[in-house]
Amino acid sequence: MDLSSINPLLLLASLMVASTPILLAALGELVVERAGVLNLGVEGMMITGAACGIIFSTLTGNAWLGFAGAALGGLMLSFLFAVLTQVLLSNQVATGLALTLFGLGLSALLGQSFADARPPAFPKLDIPILSDLPVLGPVLFRHDGMVYIGLLLVVAVWYFLSRTRAGLVLRAVGENHEAAHALGYRVVLIRFGAIMFGGACAGLGGAYISLVRVPQWTEGMTAGAGWIALAIVVFAGWKPLRLLLGAYLFGGVTVLQLNLQAAGLAIPVEYLSMSPYVATILVLVILAAGRAPGSLGKTFHASR
Amino acid sequence: MKRRTLLKTGATAAFAAALGAPLRAQDGPMKVGFVYVGPINDGGWTQHHHHSAKEMVEHFGDAVELVYQESVPEGPDAERVMTQMCLQGCQIIFTTSFGFMDPTINVAAKFPDVVFEHATGYKTADNVSVYSARFYEGRAIQGHLAGKMTQSNKVGYIASVPIPEVVRGINSAFIHARKVNPDVEFKIIWIFEWLNPAKEADAAKALIEQGCDVVLQHTDSTAPHAAAKEAGGVYTFGQAADMAEFAPMPRISSIIDNWAPYYIDRVQAVMDGTWESVNTWQGIGEGMVGIGEISSAVPDDVKAEAEAMRDAIAAGEYHPFTGPLTDQSGTEFLAEGEVADDGLLAGMNFYVEGIEGDIPS
Repeated sequence: MDLSSINPLLLLASLMVASTPILLAALGELVVERAGVLNLGVEGMMITGAACGIIFSTLTGNAWLGFAGAALGGLMLSFLFAVLTQVLLSNQVATGLALTLFGLGLSALLGQSFADARPPAFPKLDIPILSDLPVLGPVLFRHDGMVYIGLLLVVAVWYFLSRTRAGLVLRAVGENHEAAHALGYRVVLIRFGAIMFGGACAGLGGAYISLVRVPQWTEGMTAGAGWIALAIVVFAGWKPLRLLLGAYLFGGVTVLQLNLQAAGLAIPVEYLSMSPYVATILVLVILAAGRAPGSLGKTFHASR
Repeated sequence: MKRRTLLKTGATAAFAAALGAPLRAQDGPMKVGFVYVGPINDGGWTQHHHHSAKEMVEHFGDAVELVYQESVPEGPDAERVMTQMCLQGCQIIFTTSFGFMDPTINVAAKFPDVVFEHATGYKTADNVSVYSARFYEGRAIQGHLAGKMTQSNKVGYIASVPIPEVVRGINSAFIHARKVNPDVEFKIIWIFEWLNPAKEADAAKALIEQGCDVVLQHTDSTAPHAAAKEAGGVYTFGQAADMAEFAPMPRISSIIDNWAPYYIDRVQAVMDGTWESVNTWQGIGEGMVGIGEISSAVPDDVKAEAEAMRDAIAAGEYHPFTGPLTDQSGTEFLAEGEVADDGLLAGMNFYVEGIEGDIPS
């Protein structure tokens, strides 16, 4: 065993990269669930985003446009979900599962001719002064833009949900949609907005895998990241800052276990492989989970 | 189809089967089934099986019809896919991943008139053959190149699923890396999957960050190459496919699977009625394992050595597992000059001396 071969700074830096896809997707789902809607289609929207990201960035030669296209792809898929569940009042669980299956198939179709495509390189931000700081520089300030966008989004969502009137309305819709409706709020419209925000975030998360982390297109490449994101939302008790902790913990232990394997740690590999899941569940459970929004997953119609 | 017609057809089929009359004497093209573990454009393992399948179809033209199913999970679901293919009238079915072994045997028992070809497994039956390629011959060449090219003396290895085939590859590469570079060390990461680009990329990055400047992979995507390219100064090898889009750097050579001649052979045998259950294991000599071009990043003399080794293996003059070889506990399993037999190779579930760590069980 040679633990000295693990460089903690590089480890922390790659933790941020490994966590970003889950963080983005989970953050979107958090807003959706706070509005009282359970969208199990995160995996489907992520993989569609991954495919759209490759397509848009290869065609335009610009990685940022790739992310924009990915957000659009995820958003369109979630719009479909919103129409089905909010207008046609279909069952949210079944529709969400169908959305995942649909997204997996759709992305395979879309991505078919892009299997050999190499997306344009996504530039890393090189912030003067900050990126040259000892220790903190390489860990915090030498990433690509999406890592910071993810972090900014966490703060923005936290601020929106807990400090703004609009956020309060969104939470009211999620807690008790009939009361919110009685107060004159447009429940369906607000939920449409939340669902589409969730779709766009999931799309961004998927594109981060296909444009930055891998970067190339392979069918089914999100490999369950969407389900992890869903679980993290629950374990984080529907709270944005705790969600950040959960995502970084999961990403961190994932990277750490690979490093420990490479360093030849004398723990059976099977335990290391399961460690990200165990660690994330344990920590978030110990922190005590929050309460689910009152109207989560329930169908709303103004006539009732 | 009316129920009566259906029953009649079923009865006819059963009758024909009972008489031993081959169902294959039907009109129309012969249906050939392929069960794939990944998508057909994975850039590696499945893509090459599919490519070879298409070459086989090209060879026979209208005489055969290709039926295939991609991204089939290894497990009970595979049985459903195979059963479906049998019911569709496939006369020969190729199941192209190790994890399809038990499903293949189970389905084969239910359809004695259909013949099965299982890749990389070891269980055979009257209507089940197994076939595999001696990838460890290619690994020996990769090991040689890795030992010569590494500056840090740290070689990373992204391993997939702990089965003898993968362990054999690690051993073969390690033996030949040590032979030319006594200081070389292997860092091995198991990801427990054949294809997961994100995990492969993370594993490659972890290895590179820990100082590995050569990364070998037994996983199917090109993600480790992309990671190596980004890091710079890291050498990689194509797996199953040439992955030439990453040449000359980071990809300096590759192991290419070429199944087409075998597929043509076996389908022809079914057509001729001469098909028998066999256990095929072919290497560089027979052409089932191809060594991708050694790129210009490798110095000429190293390249010449690697090519000489390739030719010696192809000619049968050199065997990658030639004694003296000892396992991790220091026990000699091959004496001086002794060559490993296929039984030892097929069941290899131990590391050779010098590799650190344990194989997950």
